[in-house]
Amino acid sequence: HGILWGLIYCERLESTGAACVFVVRRDQDIYMETLRKLFNESHGIFVGLQRCEEERAARARNAQLVQVSKNYRSVIRACMEDMHQAASKSPFVLSVLFVSILSAMELIWNLCEILFVEAAPAGPLLLRLLDWVQLHICDVDNMVREVLSSENPSKHKLFWNVVDIFVLQGRMDEARHLLSKEAIANPTSMKMYKILDDLMKKMPLGNTQTLTEMELKWQHWHEECQRYLQDGTFASNSHMESICKILLGDENAILEKKELMTTWYHFLVTRLLYSHPTVKPMELRFYAQSSMDMFLGEESSPEPLDTILMAAFEFELHQVIKECSVALSNWWFVAHLTDLLDHCKLLQSHNLYFGSNMREFLLLEYASGLFSHHSLWQLGVDYFDHCPEYGRVYLELHIERIPLNTEQKALKVLRICEQRQMHEQVRSICKIMAMKALRNNRLGSALSWSIRAKDAAFATLISDRFLKDYCERGCFSDLDLIDNLGPSMLLSDRLTFLGKYREFHRLYGEKRFSEAARLLLMLMTAHIAPCSFWMTLLTDALPLLEQKEVIFSAEQTYELMRCLEDLTAGKLDRQKFQDDDVETMKVEMLRLALARNLARVIVKEGTLEGS
Amino acid sequence: VWDKSENGDWHCTASWKTHSGSVWRVTWAHPEFGQVLASCSFDRTAAVWEEIVGESNDKLRGQSHWVKRTTLVDSRTSVTDVKFAPKHMGLMLATCSADGVVRIYEAPDVMNLSQWSLQHEISCKLSCSCISWNPSSSRAHSPMIAVGSDDNSPNILAKVQIYEYNENTRKYAKAEALMTVTDPVHDIAFAPNLGRSFHILAVATKDVRIFTLKPLRKELTSSGGLTKFEIHIVAQFDNHNSQVWRVSWNITGTVLASSGDDGCVRLWKANYMDNWKCTGILKGNGSPVNGSSQQGIFNASLGSANASLQNSLNGSSASR
Repeated sequence: HGILWGLIYCERLESTGAACVFVVRRDQDIYMETLRKLFNESHGIFVGLQRCEEERAARARNAQLVQVSKNYRSVIRACMEDMHQAASKSPFVLSVLFVSILSAMELIWNLCEILFVEAAPAGPLLLRLLDWVQLHICDVDNMVREVLSSENPSKHKLFWNVVDIFVLQGRMDEARHLLSKEAIANPTSMKMYKILDDLMKKMPLGNTQTLTEMELKWQHWHEECQRYLQDGTFASNSHMESICKILLGDENAILEKKELMTTWYHFLVTRLLYSHPTVKPMELRFYAQSSMDMFLGEESSPEPLDTILMAAFEFELHQVIKECSVALSNWWFVAHLTDLLDHCKLLQSHNLYFGSNMREFLLLEYASGLFSHHSLWQLGVDYFDHCPEYGRVYLELHIERIPLNTEQKALKVLRICEQRQMHEQVRSICKIMAMKALRNNRLGSALSWSIRAKDAAFATLISDRFLKDYCERGCFSDLDLIDNLGPSMLLSDRLTFLGKYREFHRLYGEKRFSEAARLLLMLMTAHIAPCSFWMTLLTDALPLLEQKEVIFSAEQTYELMRCLEDLTAGKLDRQKFQDDDVETMKVEMLRLALARNLARVIVKEGTLEGS
Repeated sequence: VWDKSENGDWHCTASWKTHSGSVWRVTWAHPEFGQVLASCSFDRTAAVWEEIVGESNDKLRGQSHWVKRTTLVDSRTSVTDVKFAPKHMGLMLATCSADGVVRIYEAPDVMNLSQWSLQHEISCKLSCSCISWNPSSSRAHSPMIAVGSDDNSPNILAKVQIYEYNENTRKYAKAEALMTVTDPVHDIAFAPNLGRSFHILAVATKDVRIFTLKPLRKELTSSGGLTKFEIHIVAQFDNHNSQVWRVSWNITGTVLASSGDDGCVRLWKANYMDNWKCTGILKGNGSPVNGSSQQGIFNASLGSANASLQNSLNGSSASR
């Protein structure tokens, strides 16, 4: 059994030749857009359920779970409402389709809530089923309104239809109310009416008594109805007689009202109401099967919806889930329902081997689907979090494939990975972003991504680029970033140098010359600066050497001279001074400046204060 | 090369003729290495390409430039497949040729795509048609490559071979051959690893086959630690009813797509009981094949939505 393929959206990529590339997506995408609200809100309910503290007492726990189930259903109904509004405004086949799909989902979920989550016992069970039927056969309301709002309701051609419907759905008060209108309009049937009304009033319903009490009462009442029928009390009014037969649970009489009930499960509940109101949950399956057979007869065969409901009546949970997986086009329904049933501890007892695995399987499927959506993927993260066996690895695989088209998105994804200590994914994402930035020559961005990834090698590479840029253009780009490196400066030696070198320039700009001088010297003597950069550093020293005021001390000057000699002596053999006139000239200038400075500083240091 | 723009449209941003024979395969490197492609061709070469970010004019015109970084010319026959290794192995790729040689190259400096060195040459003895790297980055798994052969001569030699890297000898050695695959193989693909101890391999041959390879305890032979595998076939589908040409896995290795000479793409998925089944059939243009849809709750395609809608709301009415 597989997944329903509803709508496939294809795009054709035309190329120059006759051949085409087709990009195909699953219909899931359309569902996700339309059902976005449903997905979002049910996500909240799901997470709440996983995190909430389990009530100790069984009854309280049951109430808790029933509430969750009701919350899910109200979300479905809200979505249905929205879609209904949308459909009425601009009739679009899809919206109509969605309304019906959602309606079916709510129908099924509601039944599952009654049978599995609440696990209504005999007595309340029937009442819940009555509510369920009343809620989901909406055609009735239109008819009812039409009749009630007419001038002479009892003369309306649909009058008896409505009375019948009320009776079929156990809505005694409403039935009696309508019947009273008929009695007023037709005084000759007053006697009949009074008896029928009385019978309907006396019918035992409700869950305020014990089962045995109920059964006893019901038995008496049933016998009373029987007597009136056999006495021919209603013989002159076929409508009323039919109602009495219905009250007695006469299957044929009930079946005659097939068109009004419209579904076999309505028939089932009516049957139970009038023949076996204290039905036990486990007895439902027999009545369900026979009801469906009787109702459908020879002409029709069960539809998928029927099969699902039947499986529910038979308490075949696995079957319900399986059938729903086949019939519904997305995993939303089965994933959330199964998770809830798992929390009710129903799956485990059902089948130890793959009970809890099925929950996870469905959640993984659902969440995976979310990841193809540009924003709903964030919901998927929480679902994966609650899949103990494969959730993490699924998240790792999916999150790597999220298109990082904006920095914002990348940061969002990163935060999620960091929260979960997914170090490899963090590293990878940062690397990808850094690479992208580097290719587009956005060095600052590339650098900050490398720092975030703690990628020393890449940071070194980018720092080199910065320095190269500086040498070529004489200025730094992305000053803000470099100025505020802080401790991340220590990630790589080259990066440290970059940071410190920029600091030198800043000090110089602020005219803090002696500090600048000290830093410059330190960069070389502490070997923080790469050898390839020494020439540039020494050249940077020139303006300091040629200041009016003496900046470098004698010792510092000697150090500088030594550096220069080291450089030119070919010990640091990177430059070929012989070939390069500019280089030779620079060296000459430096030597001269250093010598001059030395001369000045010797005099200065040798001079006594005040003389 | 097509790029997807911000509004979701695809545009062809580059198109160039370069090889002097049919280009058989094209593959992307991991984005960690930048925008890098590799191609292989009947002209006996494989090439590595890098996208150069051009002038802003080009961007506006929606054009991108690809520069050839290197040509790998070691092969003496048509190069039939080229695949990058998993990123945790660095910047590495493998090629395979019609004369049965698999070559593994590495770019030691990932920032310099012009420098590749030939690290391994594996002689498979049968003409090769496809290769697949095992994507698993688990420390428990040595690097592994599967090679498929489309050798057509009548023999019952295994057409799928598994080569594994041996840490001791620093060489790739044959670890396994799938003896049950004796028909020409057109494509092969390891599934992404979900942290399982065993590997899953899909084979495109006269049908679609899915194997599991479960590593057994490494035998301590004199050559040191070659893994032995327990091989099972978990699925075999002949629905294409013709040669199957390509197989490809989804992100989580839970869905396999196959394409065949019947002009269809078929999708295969395992249910939670690990039974593989078909979950969809598409025609070449992406439209679903009629009847391949499972029965939906409304048994409808878009056309008859209205009719079935009535039915569903009213339930199983007598008029059905």
